[in-house]
Amino acid sequence: MSDITRSTGTQLVKRGLAEMLKGGVVMDVVDPEQARIAEDAGAVAVMALERVPSDIRRDGGVARMSDPEMIEGIKAAVTIPVMAKARIGHFAEAQILQALGVDYVDESEVLTPADEAHHIDKWAFDVPFVCGATNLGEALRRISEGACLIRSKGEAGTGNIVEAVRHLRSIMGDIGRITKADSAELFDWAKRLQSPLSLVQEIAETGELPVPMFCAGGIATPADASLVMQLGAQSVFVGSGIFKSDDPAPRARAIVEATTNFTDPVILGKVSRGLGAAMPGLEIDTLETRLADRGW
Amino acid sequence: MKVGVLALQGAFTRHAAVLTDVGAAPIEVRTPEHLSGVDALVMPGGESTTMSMLLDIADLRQPLVERLAHGLPVFGTCAGMILLASSVTDGRSDQEPLAAIDIGVRRNGYGRQIDSFEADVDVGGEGLPDWDTPFHGVFIRAPVVERVGDGIEVLASVDDSPVLCRQGHVMVASFHPELTDDRRIHELFVEAV
Repeated sequence: MSDITRSTGTQLVKRGLAEMLKGGVVMDVVDPEQARIAEDAGAVAVMALERVPSDIRRDGGVARMSDPEMIEGIKAAVTIPVMAKARIGHFAEAQILQALGVDYVDESEVLTPADEAHHIDKWAFDVPFVCGATNLGEALRRISEGACLIRSKGEAGTGNIVEAVRHLRSIMGDIGRITKADSAELFDWAKRLQSPLSLVQEIAETGELPVPMFCAGGIATPADASLVMQLGAQSVFVGSGIFKSDDPAPRARAIVEATTNFTDPVILGKVSRGLGAAMPGLEIDTLETRLADRGW
Repeated sequence: MKVGVLALQGAFTRHAAVLTDVGAAPIEVRTPEHLSGVDALVMPGGESTTMSMLLDIADLRQPLVERLAHGLPVFGTCAGMILLASSVTDGRSDQEPLAAIDIGVRRNGYGRQIDSFEADVDVGGEGLPDWDTPFHGVFIRAPVVERVGDGIEVLASVDDSPVLCRQGHVMVASFHPELTDDRRIHELFVEAV
């Protein structure tokens, strides 16, 4: 019985982990202590990074992959999957993250892009990748490059949900329109979306993205989580929204409960009570840098 | 027949779709009221720490323990297997197993995501139909069964570790039959109900 052939790094196992994270909350953490708080609160995974997006926004400068020592510390602190961010196009950072044994790599616009024209060829890796998208064309280009999970980008570090809603509505709206298109129109859709025809045809047939779609960027309250889940997100990423709030642990748990019970306003009302102040929010028009504009 | 799918977190929609395919009527279970209305239950893959916490928050643990004690047919995959096992290694210290099947499992025992794999597994056992082809198993940060108690039927193994086990009304798999098109394992469960 020792001759069973195991295939690793396949699309099925890469997309499969994203399936297991559905209906959950992935939380940004910057050290093992925060990682433990996130796991205690019911996070399905943690995203290890050096600074949460609101601090990256405030401090400026070049944001890069985290120190491997910090990532190792977080891996040792929790039993849930650990994700980490690489710069857009920075395949060397991704290679290091794969060697460190992280469970998902986020090729992320929150970090400073390393390549102005090319995203990472994600087919070349055994570790799965998640990528952000503001619209369906961007999502399909990332999938064609090998991404196994898409997150709508929103505008990270703002605590403002408006961009996440815009991106989700754009993606879900176009998916709905493609399912109503006839076969001749799909060629035009592929051209307009600048995306592979085969992926457009797949959406027309199934009515959904070929990979799971989560939501990120601006989620600060349980109600925000419910909103984006009702708009079609299958899980949420919360960055600054937890550890930049007054009282992170109860807020983290409340967002977890809200994500499970996103259609039940009575439970949402119950979990939203007495959480203290949410993170301070930012108006999109006042931003110097729009992170969502990074990536192509 | 109403087959519940525990819908706190994880791959529950995929299980529901497969159950519909094999002629069962899946119902998402999030509350004790939902649980009281089902004839059988599927516990999906996902994160067992998250699901275990949500079981407590939803006041589902006690009713579930009682239904299991009264013979509720249940099928757990991956995290579902971990929750149903009698002992868990490498879990969180506050992770209380439901102890519905007498096996000991090691969480993420096959390694991290980079070690997740697909493999053909031969399924067979007393009273099972003869399957002429193996079942294609998808193992994702899967638990390893390290101990099986008396009276456990091992229906499939990978490298001498059980991956599909049954004890009375409880069946558990360390892999994900809901992620492939092969319906045979769900059929096995639904037919036994």
